[in-house]
Amino acid sequence: MFNFFKKTPADLPDYWKAYEKLFLQKTPDQLDEVRFVVLDTETTGFDYENDRVLCIGAIELINKNIPIKNGFEIYIHQEVYDKETAKIHGILKKGVIPRLTELEALKQFLAYLGNSIIIAHHAIFDITMLNKALERNGLPKLKNRYLDTSTLYKKTIIKSNLLYKKESYSLDDLADNFSISKKDRHTAMGDSYITAILFLKIVQKLKAKKEITLKYLFK
Amino acid sequence: MKNTISHRVADFLKNFPPFNELTNAELELISEEITIIYKEKESIVFSGKEPGHSHFYVIHKGAVSLTKTESNTIVDMCDEGDIFGLRPLMANENYELEAKAHEESILYAIPFSVFKPVALSNNAIGDFLIESFASNTRNPYSKNHRGKLFVDSNINANPDTKNSVSDLKLSDLQPVRYSKKIVSCDTTTSAKKAAEIMSEKKVGAILVVHDKLPVGIITDKDLRNKIVTGEYPITASAASIMTAPIITYPTTLTITQAQMAMMKSNISHLCLTEDGTVNTKAVGILSKHDVMVALGHNPAVLIKAIKRAKKTKQIKSIRKSVMHLLKGYLDQNIPMTLISKIISELNDACIKQIIEISLSKIEEKPPVKFAWLSLGSQGRSEQMLHTDQDSALIFEDVSEEDLPKTTHYFLNLAKAITKRLNTIGYDYCPAEMMASSPQWCLSLSEWKKTTSHWIINPGIDEVLLAAIFFDYNAVYGDNTLSHKLSDHIFYTVKKYPIFFVHLAKGALQNPSPTGFFRQFLVEQDGAHKDSFDVKNRALRPLTDAARVLILSHSIKSINNTAERFEKLAELEPNNKDVYLACSYASKALLKFRTKQGLRHNDSGRFINLKTLSKEEKIKLKRTFKTVKAIQDLVTLRFQLKTI
Repeated sequence: MFNFFKKTPADLPDYWKAYEKLFLQKTPDQLDEVRFVVLDTETTGFDYENDRVLCIGAIELINKNIPIKNGFEIYIHQEVYDKETAKIHGILKKGVIPRLTELEALKQFLAYLGNSIIIAHHAIFDITMLNKALERNGLPKLKNRYLDTSTLYKKTIIKSNLLYKKESYSLDDLADNFSISKKDRHTAMGDSYITAILFLKIVQKLKAKKEITLKYLFK
Repeated sequence: MKNTISHRVADFLKNFPPFNELTNAELELISEEITIIYKEKESIVFSGKEPGHSHFYVIHKGAVSLTKTESNTIVDMCDEGDIFGLRPLMANENYELEAKAHEESILYAIPFSVFKPVALSNNAIGDFLIESFASNTRNPYSKNHRGKLFVDSNINANPDTKNSVSDLKLSDLQPVRYSKKIVSCDTTTSAKKAAEIMSEKKVGAILVVHDKLPVGIITDKDLRNKIVTGEYPITASAASIMTAPIITYPTTLTITQAQMAMMKSNISHLCLTEDGTVNTKAVGILSKHDVMVALGHNPAVLIKAIKRAKKTKQIKSIRKSVMHLLKGYLDQNIPMTLISKIISELNDACIKQIIEISLSKIEEKPPVKFAWLSLGSQGRSEQMLHTDQDSALIFEDVSEEDLPKTTHYFLNLAKAITKRLNTIGYDYCPAEMMASSPQWCLSLSEWKKTTSHWIINPGIDEVLLAAIFFDYNAVYGDNTLSHKLSDHIFYTVKKYPIFFVHLAKGALQNPSPTGFFRQFLVEQDGAHKDSFDVKNRALRPLTDAARVLILSHSIKSINNTAERFEKLAELEPNNKDVYLACSYASKALLKFRTKQGLRHNDSGRFINLKTLSKEEKIKLKRTFKTVKAIQDLVTLRFQLKTI
């Protein structure tokens, strides 16, 4: 009777129910114990309604360790395609890389993601794109909490109304700033790796000022 | 699972031995199993005596020091592409050394179980490993490599300097050159006679031997402390006044080990014996001076090396030597005024060279003249350790339609420069107060407008910003630009004298160093909880006070805090005592901070009080009295107290 008040329609598939059930567990507040999934998506464009996710790349980050074999990288078959954005991500419409249907991709991704905390650069974009894909396949939105490295970075900058402060920091800006190599930029997994290192460096910077817990990062 | 990251890792590994001997398939196989680990500066990878991990490590970014735990000596410094922690796994032993991240590092942890079968089936790899374990260097190839690269790009004319420059880089591993002519006396020799021998041979220490074996040492210090004080008569025997037992080392000692040994025991001479114990004959004496000479620490050589550097990386390694030099100077108690002059000179030279390199990499020549200003501590010649970079760029006025284009050019240049400065060890300014930010890269008239605005509308932020502009140092480019800006600022300040009052208020804003009961006030939270912030609580009040006082006398050519106070003492004879005390205090504090920074490999700003000796604490507290006195003087002078 635990789920009595939750609006989980009975007709949702088992893998969703399994995913949802994981959120009954509490996440630890010590940063070193949390499983983070750092992710990035390559899409056909920036329109939430009309564009599609072509690739999901993600890596696992626990206690400052990134095991390579626990990485996640899948390509998705989509009918929508845009030659212009292909110049950026380099994913061809009919390339040799094996690709999955959107539903199968989401299924695998949910199993991989579990109840981890998501880290992404401009996270809201990737998460909305994924939520739209879920919606198209008759599934609810992602339940994970997320951290955005572009906003976390702003916490490291001294606040003064006179000093110059950019409104938004691109992944390129910050990679330069923290001397992170930009190899594999614009592949989903390469970008998630850059984002992961960026996250670690930002936390390190913040630590110099204050004891850092998960709670503080979400503030 | 093969993925983008495993490709990236394989791509990196194949450049370094022994991985260059592997086939692509083998490399892929290993790469897929690697864990990427981020290590904060000063964090431990493994400690001595700890059982072997299931992985060994390759450094992708950063540097890791390997230390002998018992003697606390750094045995090796590994950097990009180096392997460590493999030998104990091969031998199935516990770790012997402690591995610690010397800088922020990214490591690849390779599972031994995956690597072992590959290594065993491949002869070239086996050979490499045996050779490297036998020669006790992590990479037998790099030995010849190192130094060479450095010398090529440097001085060839003078054989002396050539040696000393190559030594700089090898110093970690090189055996020391010691004096083999031993000056010694017997245990029964009188103190007077021993002193006579020392004077005759012009040495600062004499070895005391018994049955040809070393038993003690008499240094100038012993004579001073024991004879001159009258504690012992000059007829006392050598045995009664010598420092014993003597500390002995084998002749295979490296320079770094020697340095560490002297620091650890706080002694200035080491005795080298045949097998390193007191039971064999002494074969040499090594003094602190020998170590200094061996390190080739000579500012002139370093300046030359900086000026010839064609690559940012070369400057980075030269800066390491600058730090060695600084350490040596502090140990030798050379006056702080002189030390700051030399080190600032070297720092300026580095920045200048970085700008030269950046200019040479940009195709277009600068459209108009410009000047690069160092702000803050570097501007005041008070920057000893690597701290944040604060900088600004002024360029000549151009027509309105050319302005966007020109600004764009200089911003790009500044970005390239700040990036390279970051590479050689200067952190980015957290407030983005750098020439690469649009607000800090302006034409002369834009700068005039901005500074006027700060002076005429002095809020807290404005005062802080304007204050920075009184301590700049034009490091590169056209000086007339910076002079024009200075003139403008002084002219404006004269018209708005109220600005001084605000500047003085700013000088009093920093928290006081001691509490009501004269205890140290320490930080309340954060990573530096319970540490004392020597920068904000002690140095800054002095710097700020010196600035406002000297400016009220309209003197603009002196930037250094200690020198400013000396000038003030000259200008106001009635306050001479306070000012001289301040000058002394600012030097003492700077020295204190620098020593702390060198000891802990950081900026030295936060001091853990527990690590201080009683004497050091008293010295620190003495400077606080001075801080209080000068703050009172400023309050009175600018009538800041409202009753």
